[in-house]
Order: sequence, then C-alpha cells, then structure tokens
Amino acid sequence: MRTAPAVDAVIVGGGWAGLLMAKELASHTSLNLVILERGPSREPSDYAADMDELDYSIRLRMMQDLSKETATLRHDATRRALPLRQHGAFLPGSGVGGSGEHWNAQVPRFLPDCFELLTKTSEKYGAGALPEDHAVRDWGITYNGLESYYTRVDKLLGTSGKAGNLRGKLIDGGNIFEGWRSEEYPTPPTKMPYFSALFRDAAKSLGYHPYPAPSANISQAYTNPDGISRGGCTYCGFCARFGCMVGAKAQPSNLLLPILQRHKSVSLRTGAWVRRILFDGTPKGAARGVTYVDASGEEVFQPASLVFLASWTLNNTRLLLLSRIGEPYDASTGRGTVGSNLTHQVSIGAATAFFDQPLNRFMGSGSAGILLSDFDRDDLDRSGHNFIRGGYFAARGYGFQPISAFGVLPNSIKTSWGSEWKKTSVAYYDRTATIGFAGEHLAYKANFMDLDPVYKDALGDPLLRLTLDWRDNERKMVEFATLKAVEVAHAMGAREINPFPGLRSYDAVHYNSTHVQGGTIMGSSPEHSVVSPYLQHWQLPNLFILGGSTFPQNGSANPTPTVLAFVYRAADAIIDRYLKHPGPLG
Amino acid sequence: MRRRHFLTLSAATLGGVLVYSFDRKATLLTAQHKQVRVPLRFFTETEALIVAAAASRIFPSDDAGPGAREAGVAIFIDRQLAGPYGRDRFRYTKPPFEDASREFGYQGSATPRQIYREGLKGLDKFHLLSPVAQDEALRKIESTLFFSFLRQNTIEGMFCDPMHGGNVGLVGWQLVGFPGPRMSNFDEIDKYYGKAFRPKPMSLRQTTGAKVHPGEDQS
Repeated sequence: MRTAPAVDAVIVGGGWAGLLMAKELASHTSLNLVILERGPSREPSDYAADMDELDYSIRLRMMQDLSKETATLRHDATRRALPLRQHGAFLPGSGVGGSGEHWNAQVPRFLPDCFELLTKTSEKYGAGALPEDHAVRDWGITYNGLESYYTRVDKLLGTSGKAGNLRGKLIDGGNIFEGWRSEEYPTPPTKMPYFSALFRDAAKSLGYHPYPAPSANISQAYTNPDGISRGGCTYCGFCARFGCMVGAKAQPSNLLLPILQRHKSVSLRTGAWVRRILFDGTPKGAARGVTYVDASGEEVFQPASLVFLASWTLNNTRLLLLSRIGEPYDASTGRGTVGSNLTHQVSIGAATAFFDQPLNRFMGSGSAGILLSDFDRDDLDRSGHNFIRGGYFAARGYGFQPISAFGVLPNSIKTSWGSEWKKTSVAYYDRTATIGFAGEHLAYKANFMDLDPVYKDALGDPLLRLTLDWRDNERKMVEFATLKAVEVAHAMGAREINPFPGLRSYDAVHYNSTHVQGGTIMGSSPEHSVVSPYLQHWQLPNLFILGGSTFPQNGSANPTPTVLAFVYRAADAIIDRYLKHPGPLG
Repeated sequence: MRRRHFLTLSAATLGGVLVYSFDRKATLLTAQHKQVRVPLRFFTETEALIVAAAASRIFPSDDAGPGAREAGVAIFIDRQLAGPYGRDRFRYTKPPFEDASREFGYQGSATPRQIYREGLKGLDKFHLLSPVAQDEALRKIESTLFFSFLRQNTIEGMFCDPMHGGNVGLVGWQLVGFPGPRMSNFDEIDKYYGKAFRPKPMSLRQTTGAKVHPGEDQS
C-alpha cells in the first residue's frame, strides 16, 4: 500500500454534502483538502447533449455501477437476504456531484416537529401513540436552530417558490402548514404545467391549500451569494436521471465545482474507491485517514487530520461497519447504534388519472408543479384511519418520455401487447398523469442495516444488508392518501382513475425515491446515536458524517435541503470553533 | 470469429434509415435501394427474422400507425444485445443465485443475450407462421422472462432516439406526438392548457448538432 502525502482533511464522496463542506472549508480556511470520489469526473458541458431517454433514464448511465457493489435486502431478520441485482427502488448516483446531478431538485423543508418527533408526539398523544415497535428519536436540535441554515441553502440553490409562513405570518398561496421562514424564496415560483394547474384549481375548489412546489430548477436568472449565476429553467423536461442541459437545475457541478476549481488547496481524485477509515481507539480516539483503491487498482493510504464521510446513506453506514468504528446495531437486543433507524420516504403514485384532453406532458421540469400539505400534519381528524403523521401530495409536470410513459392504461384495460393495446396506448398517451404522495416513514426497531454474511463486492468486502419492510402505519397512511388523491382527481375531471393498489411488502423493483436514511444517526447522546447534531462522531471527534445517514427518521419532505442545512451548520462550527480547539463540539 | 449475418430488409419500409457497417460507418438509405442487407452484431439472420416478426406482433403496423417493422426494432435489439446491456455489464452477477418473490427483481444468472438465445429456440420458424398462429405462439410464452424482455425492448426500439437504431424516421415519436428533446418550452408550457401542442419531432443530433456516442457502442 502506498501512503499519500498527509492532508488537513479528506472528504469521502463528491456529492452535494461533501462538495458543500469542501466549498465552505476552502472559502474560509487554508486547509488543504482531498476529495475522493469513486465515480467519474464531470463538467457542466457533459450535459449539453444528454437528453437521451434510453441511455440515461432506462439504462441509468449516471447511477452507481452495481456490478461492482450493491446492497442486499430481506424483509425481516428471519429470512435470507438477496442482492439488489439491478437498480429499482432507489437510484444512487455515481461520479462528481453524485445524485445531486440527476435529481429532480424538489426542495421542501422538513416540518418543525420532525426534529422532536418523539417528544412532541408523546406530549401530544401520550407515549402509546407511536407504534409499539418504533425506534423514533429526537434529533437533538430544533427547527428554530436550523432555520437560518435552511435559508442559506435556499440562497445557495436560488430556490423558486412562495412562502406560506413568513416569521409566523401566514400567507395565502404559499404553504401555510410549513415551518416559519425568515425570508421569502430567492426566486418566484416556476411556470405551471397544465396538469399542475388542473390540480391546483381542483384542490382549491375542495377547500384545500395548494401551493407552488419549492424548486431548485429556478424560474428565472439568479446569482447566488457565492457569485454563481444561472439562467432560468426552459421546461425541456429532462431532469430526473439527467444532468441539466442549461444549468438551471442546481447541481454540485454548477454551484460548487466551479468554486473548488479556483482553490489550489483542493484536489479532487476520481475513480477513488474508499474501503476503510483507519483510526486509533480509546482513550484518545481519532480517525487517522482512509484507505482507497485508485483508478489504476493500487491501494493508497491517505492520512488526514479531519475525515468527512459523505458517501450517501448506505455507503456511509457500510464504511463505518467495515472499519469497525462504533458498535453495530443489534436488533434483537437493541444494543449498538451503527446501522439502526433505516427509513425510506413513503413515496407512491397515489392516483393515476386519465383525461379527455391532451396534457402536453413532454413539457415540464422535475420540480415545477403544485403541492398540497393539508395532510402533512399530525393534528388531523383521521378517525377510522388509525395512523400517525402524514405527507404531501404533488402534481408535478415531470417531462414525460415515451419509453417509460407508453402503455400506462386504465385498470379496466387488460391487454399488454398487440393491436388493441397499441391503439389504446396511443390514444391515452398524452392524456394521463399521476398525483404523487410522499409520506413520513417512522423508524422501527427491526428496520436496520448490517453486513451481509454471503454476498461480496468486487474487492471482496461484504455488501451492506438492508432489513426493511413496511408496517401498518405506512399502509394505513397510504390508504388514506389514495382516497384523498382520488377525490382530487375526480374534481380535476378525470375520466378514469387508477388508485394506488396499496403497500404490501417493501418492493425493490419499482422506483420509490432515493430518499433512504439512517444508519449513522444524530442525537443528543452517544447512547442512541452515532453523531452529534454537529454531525461529529461521538468517539472520534475528528470524524464528521454528512448526509441522510444521520437522520433518525424520514420526514415527508425530500431530504436534500435538510442535508445541506446540517452541512452548513457543521461547517460553521468546525471553522469557528473546532479548528481553534480540536475536540468535541458542545 | 463468427460468420457474418445480415438482415435483409425492404428499403420501402425503411426510408431514411441509417445503416451502420461493421466499422461503424453510417450510410443513409433511400428508397432507391430496393433491398438492404443490414449487418447484424449479435443475432443470426434467422434469429433476427424471428425477433422482427415477434416484435411486429407485439407492436403491429396497422391502421393506428406504424409499428415495430417500420421503426427497425429488430436492429435496435440486435445492437443492444451486442453492447454492454446484452452482457449485463452493469448488473450485480455474483452467485449464489436464489429464487425470490417478485419484490426482489430478476435474480437469475442469465444475461439478456442468453435469455434471447434460449428463448428464441422456443420460437422455431416463427417468422414463417401466419399472424394468427404467431399470436397464438406468443400467448403461450407471455408469462416468460424472455417475453418480458422482448416486450420491453420492443417498446424501447419504438421510442428511443434514432441513434440507437430504432424509431427509424422518428415514426414512434410521431405516433404519440413526442417531439424529442427540445431546447426550450418556456414560451409554450403555460400557453396550451387543454390543447395539443405538437412540434415537429427532431432527434438529439438534429436538435443539438452534437455527435453523441450511444451506450451500445461503449465497452
């Protein structure tokens, strides 16, 4: 093994979290940084001609290469896990920018009570309100303590939207159920695709409070506080699974990479597959650096004074387990922390509606649309439904492309090939769209991650094993959401509606969302958490873990703004305090 | 090296198709070419004829518009199988292979190439049957893995960008009113509520002028 020259900080993973931390450190300190990214390098110009559905959306060119490493899945601990041999329920990106390149740029915030879910729910409804087998935890921080960082995130991204709660004042037309915002969105809402406008009008007529979706695909030209300028979205419709051809979509490659490239103190190594974090144990615990296999296959030790783990939920957890840092979570005893609290946002197509008129749905963006959060609260009368928490509805104008969109038919039609099928599919092609629902996923004791005893990656290391299944709370929430979505679809004038058939076992085949969380969660004490709310490892204070792996449970909202808000907060604490006095941040 | 196979097609149904030789040089065919012999990368000629016939029953050419034959679906599938997709370049293929319920996805060891080669054995002389008999033969294999690949790949070949060898002449996009990649819909997105907006389809190369390297040509 070759030893590389020591650096001040090594960052594992070149996605949103890692590159934002790098940008903050590079802008405010003289630390020399190395970023290790397993996938290829990227430039915004790579996306000038990537609007090819087959290679990007169907063959998934931007995603992790599963031939080298995947995860295994089982529904409960009594069963044998099987490898996820092809992509399905979630789509981890690979290469510089990570999933932040191919995302839809939907950027709602978590609700304030998400951060104190255990306390607030117990206070309000008694300890018995949560399911018996839950593992819900408080985060060790409140929304009020995070709001200013959320606002910095919105300014970084240039988020388009309309506030519904400005410092406590509710504003019609915005999301009146959201947490307070200190400032209006940096840019106004996006234009609305027809389907979204139909949804907005129908929801209003039913007495609900629809609002423009917060979008980091920006509505107009914007220059952020770092001096990075982007143009507005052109609604070409190639967002999810693509990089943005015009750079209107906020991506690490257009917001963070240009700044990092100006700093000689930063180096970005691609093709670098990190295998272990090396550390000294107690009494004076400290990470020493990481080992990785470089693009030529040589194993390298990279010593560093600070180590940042920012390689997405599953890989963050796996690297701690492989490195034997901390005590692995044992679901049978409840002991240990690493791998606990695995959650996956409950994301479904609640109602697929078929209309008489054309929708022109090739036009749109991954985040232009209308949301509805009337059921994203915990104070509702859901008599007879018997679940807690909720989620938001979305009528987005994703640009639809024909390989994936062709052949979506009303349930009443049974053919799947041949002349009749073709004619019907052509007739319905531009007349159907889906009202989505994204719900909270509670943490449960028996949903967790550990190392698989059978399956290995290309280097011979064990794969990560997910033990994950839905519970009645999610099933009932989804039943309720489906009824509501069907109600709105009727009011939209849909001719036929396919309601969501219901959640059964966790399904690794159909895309859910890439919002998988937990494994290295934050909390107020080392007893139940791996890191503090500064994302600092409890036992190894020079190790910081960034990303959704630190979330004790999922919120209904998409995680990226919350991930970035915590990175800003950790970066401030490191720059202002840790570097002066290395040690635990109180 | 395997013997070279060609698929002979009538140029009348393939006006405007780009045909690639083995050294990847493109020739634009016009109606003056009465018949064209397209070099095959993976299939034998008989296999290609069977795939073309089966794809035409899945996505027929009829009074509702063109189908798999005009779109060149068999050529598309041939190129996909010859490329990284066909040999499972990006799938996790380490043993042990176990049977599983459908929530775990395809767990088998066979690559798309192997699935086709094996599946086609069950469609011996399929291309010589009458359409009614062809439909009957397909109904018998409807629930097989091979059929699900054939159906999915047929849809892909109907609607992919033409650089992949399918959607010849943009017939698939015209059929459903998909314009292909457009640089901007800014002026139109909120101007056509409830009315069809159908710009003339253009391929990625026509729109951007860029030479794009399709995935099937990469290692």
